[in-house]
Amino acid sequence: MPDLLTVSPSPHIRNGITTRRINIDVIIAMLPALVWAVYVFGFRSLFVVLVSVASCVIFEALFELVVRRPVTVLDFSAVISGILLGFNLPATVPLWIPIAGGAFAMIVAKGVFGGLGKNIVNPVLAARVFLFSWTRVINTFSKPFSALPVFSFSLEEADIVASATPLSAMKNGGLPDFSLVDMFLGTKSGCIGEVSAILIAVGGIYLLIRKVISWHIPVTYLGTVMLLTFIFPPSGTDALQFMLYQVSSGGLILAAFFMATDYVTSPTTPTGKMIFGIGCGAITVFIRYFGGYPEGVSFSILIMNLLVGYIDKLTKPKRFGGVPKNAKQ
Amino acid sequence: MAGKKISAQFKEGILTNNPVFVQLLGMCSTLAITTTVTNALGMGLSVTAVLICSNILISALRKIIPNQIRIASYIVIISGFVTVVEMLMKAYTPELSKSLGLFIPLIVVNCIILARAEAFASKNAVLPSIIDGVAMGIGYTVALILLAFIRELFGSGTLLGYSVFGDSYQPVSMLVSPAGAFITLGFIIAAVQKILLRKKDRDFRKQHESGDGSDD
Repeated sequence: MPDLLTVSPSPHIRNGITTRRINIDVIIAMLPALVWAVYVFGFRSLFVVLVSVASCVIFEALFELVVRRPVTVLDFSAVISGILLGFNLPATVPLWIPIAGGAFAMIVAKGVFGGLGKNIVNPVLAARVFLFSWTRVINTFSKPFSALPVFSFSLEEADIVASATPLSAMKNGGLPDFSLVDMFLGTKSGCIGEVSAILIAVGGIYLLIRKVISWHIPVTYLGTVMLLTFIFPPSGTDALQFMLYQVSSGGLILAAFFMATDYVTSPTTPTGKMIFGIGCGAITVFIRYFGGYPEGVSFSILIMNLLVGYIDKLTKPKRFGGVPKNAKQ
Repeated sequence: MAGKKISAQFKEGILTNNPVFVQLLGMCSTLAITTTVTNALGMGLSVTAVLICSNILISALRKIIPNQIRIASYIVIISGFVTVVEMLMKAYTPELSKSLGLFIPLIVVNCIILARAEAFASKNAVLPSIIDGVAMGIGYTVALILLAFIRELFGSGTLLGYSVFGDSYQPVSMLVSPAGAFITLGFIIAAVQKILLRKKDRDFRKQHESGDGSDD
């Protein structure tokens, strides 16, 4: 009926970008790091990630069925949470760890707050902190290229050639055994998805090009960490070298591109995003220097997540025409 | 108030107006000491004892205490009884007293006791005040034990200090941390609210059905 005048409220221009399309982009961006993890830690790492994805999807669907909410697993956000949760675990974990983590992420951190878009903290990081309950289990890292049994539910102590992570080495006041090339390529011990700094950065740049994320959070986050570690290296270490080790170790780059940029739990305005990134960076460095745990990335993002509401309020742009030009503030 | 049934008072204290789950009073001690069921029981009984005694005395003196200084007078009465409980516990249950530590003297500022003094004992006769103290005390103790039961069972794998799941169980140590207290309490409060809402809904429907027999 072309003669009819359609009257509708805004928005009038739509660009076809859906939650699902964005989420598929994020999954594509994570694939290089996953392939690399399989190369370094064997198929055990892929298996852990798959169990984690299955756990997130199943628990989200189950929770939504129980509380009679529409089941939203097809938007793939639970899949992303699953992959990221797997990325945050070492390949040596028994399989009940990703299952418990997925349940906590989807039910306690996301579901009870109202589901996607309403959670106040990043579900994956909340689950990771929850999994600190079993500190010893999730902090057993295997040496790169040591063969791990793929399908066993939990590994025997004898299967694991344990190795200190770069961060715990630096926590004890020294530099890691791995060379800087190892650090950036990812031939080192660590969690599944956070070993290869370069491949994670490649995925992050893909997201930047696709405009899924903006540069503000990753750049300010990584920049703050680089600046602080460059200005304050521990005595006796080369500042530049120390800074590069700090940036390339732990989950920092993964978190800066994939977790701190989560739409739901980060500020909306560019200024807000920069404040958020600087805050994350500063808290990460403080925890790495003075905290009880070697890694501070999860805690720093969780703390800043809680402040997002205030940051958004503080950086709210003025409405066009809302305030006269010469009016007093 | 005088005609209020005893059973109604108990129902109010334990469920519909539970001091912890509904009134959200005394959160500090509730969250801090519920790491083991033993602690919860000890704390619950101490608060109940103080609550009953202070309710009796405040209710008996309600016509003598001048209105302007009533809060100060209540605090003096309450702290007197807390001191008695504290000394008794030090003498007869030294271990429990050690594990509860500072939280026993802090009963003085526990909101539940002051709230019941202000809201009930200062307006009612001695006998209903005793019943109110018992009912609210039981409500508090039940809430503490429920919270501690979940936290101790899954957080350390024990109950009253005895191992439940055996050595192979890997406890969820987050549950015994403060964060675990908040999360567990949140879920219990949600469940209690759900039960209360459903009951309210049913009562509402019953009333309307008997009234005009509407389609529902």
